Amino acid sequence: MTLANMTPTSVAGTISRPSRRTLTLRYIRRNKGLAIGLAILVVLALFTIIGLLVIDPKKAYPLSAALKQPPSLKYPFGTDFFGRDLLAAMVVGTWQTAFIGVLAGGIGTLVGVVLGFIAAYFGGWIDAGIRTICQILTPIPVLLIQVVVAGSLDKRDVTIVTMAMIVAMLAWMGPTLVIRAQVLTMKERQFVAVAKLSGVSDMGIIFKEILPNLLPFIAAAFVGQVFGAVFASFYLAVLGLGPLREPLLGNIIWAAQSQGAFFNGWWWWPLEPAFAMILILGALALVNMGLDELANPRVRKTE
Amino acid sequence: MSIRIVARRLLFFVLVVWAASTIVFFIPRLSPRNAIRERFGELARTGGFSPGDIEKLIASMQQQFGLDKPLLEQYWQYLGNIVRMDFGYSLSRYPMTVTDVIGQSLPWTIGLLLVTTVLSFVLGTVLGAISAWPKAPGWMRTVATPFILLTGVPPVIMGILLLFFIGFRLNWLPLGGAYSVGLVPNWSWTFFLDLMEHQILPALALILGSVGGWVLSMRGMGITIQGEDYVNFAEHKGLTSQRIFRDYYLRNALLPQVTGLALALGTVVTSAVIVEGLFGLPGIGTALNLAIRANDFPVIYGIVLFITIAIALLMTLLEFVYPLLDPRIRNN
Repeated sequence: MTLANMTPTSVAGTISRPSRRTLTLRYIRRNKGLAIGLAILVVLALFTIIGLLVIDPKKAYPLSAALKQPPSLKYPFGTDFFGRDLLAAMVVGTWQTAFIGVLAGGIGTLVGVVLGFIAAYFGGWIDAGIRTICQILTPIPVLLIQVVVAGSLDKRDVTIVTMAMIVAMLAWMGPTLVIRAQVLTMKERQFVAVAKLSGVSDMGIIFKEILPNLLPFIAAAFVGQVFGAVFASFYLAVLGLGPLREPLLGNIIWAAQSQGAFFNGWWWWPLEPAFAMILILGALALVNMGLDELANPRVRKTE
Repeated sequence: MSIRIVARRLLFFVLVVWAASTIVFFIPRLSPRNAIRERFGELARTGGFSPGDIEKLIASMQQQFGLDKPLLEQYWQYLGNIVRMDFGYSLSRYPMTVTDVIGQSLPWTIGLLLVTTVLSFVLGTVLGAISAWPKAPGWMRTVATPFILLTGVPPVIMGILLLFFIGFRLNWLPLGGAYSVGLVPNWSWTFFLDLMEHQILPALALILGSVGGWVLSMRGMGITIQGEDYVNFAEHKGLTSQRIFRDYYLRNALLPQVTGLALALGTVVTSAVIVEGLFGLPGIGTALNLAIRANDFPVIYGIVLFITIAIALLMTLLEFVYPLLDPRIRNN
């Protein structure tokens, strides 16, 4: 850390502080990645929400439209080999992708936060046990284990929710280790010692003293988990292990690939979910990096 | 490096393999699906066996695979088989063992993986180092930017875009397969060129999809190192810029980068496997794809386990490379 990076904050502290809102706005302006990422996510959310309100979701399923139509006025995104209106499929698919991401990411983060707190706060053999399990499971390529789980399920049992569960099942190790490390450093801080001396209970210290200070880390871990979950469910679907009837973005690509879409000249079919995926993953990556910067004062950009 | 550290690393390797094998053993047994029954059910639909024969066949097959024994006994036998790298027989290509299937497709995957990983790691590390080096010329520092922008794009999607723009629109390169239809594999020059032509797009997809990650991590390391006292000291000593770049800056940033490589191996391999499937190269990825489509469970589990073991082994080997890179670890 250089001196040049540290002085401006202390200077800004002595002058009268602008309101919280201006500070947030100014921070967003400095942290452009976060701003762009959030903007793309908002646009995608609007696309799905308005789409779900305007379009008949049944059109996203087979035999609801003319077959193999290139993009036109009637079908702005074209239709596929199975007679799905791809505009509707994209709306429903993006919604389902977001659903899987948020559900699986939420579960992974929650399990990670709970285990991380338990490990760091109680220490001893509990900590050693949790840490060892995380370390042993980390090198195992999660996607492949997910392939085994998804492959072992009956095809009828694979739904959007089971997809999220499969993805969440092996994704809690990262957040556990991150939160554990953060709680460990937090535990040694003075405000925790003061709280302990003034007789605050264990739970009080965890929920009132440590947790609020960890929120930026938890937010960053959550976005990272959502990214991972979207990525993993996409890969599973591309391998043909997703809920095959649903217009999940990865499923559309899988279907296009099995019908040889490019060989047959139906270029719009695989290309649209690919672009949607780029937008989703790119936005999440930008937000993730932006939050990392917010959570980690060492790299935080100051005015 | 002391024997204790070596022993610990080896024990860790064994534990990882054991954990993966145990997961792969128990998960399918928790599910109500019966691989052999499904396989024969399929055969019965297409071939027209009578149901009674099928039940007898299934029973004899289960006995042959040892599926009628108690679970724990099966588990011990299974662990023994893993140690001998025996993953059983393929159901859809029956007389072949899973090891045969893997052996047949492995050279393709190794070739693709080795070339793309080395290229993207070296390219990403150098670009990242330059982009964070304040004395590098301005244009050199911006070269890395497009790669950083591509970080969020998974290699599979990169593959689809390349297929569309270069394969389909421009028609420069083939749309898939390992070699042109009608060619017979031989050692001639034309066949070799054709082979390479089919490898360009998958390789490019993997490289473009992963360079950005290496650029980002190297860039981060580079920025941190610039503030360090020893770099300032080297500058004030009057060392040349190139010398500082090579010996003070690159050398120190390289170690976390190699750690990153070890951690990323899982992602690197799975990406390669899926990209192979997309382009229909006859590697492990296509074998996995076909096995998933054919419900060939022994092959699915065998490939998963094999890749896991290979990754764990590579990670352990990389751990032994650290001391060569970092004298601090060597002397400790």
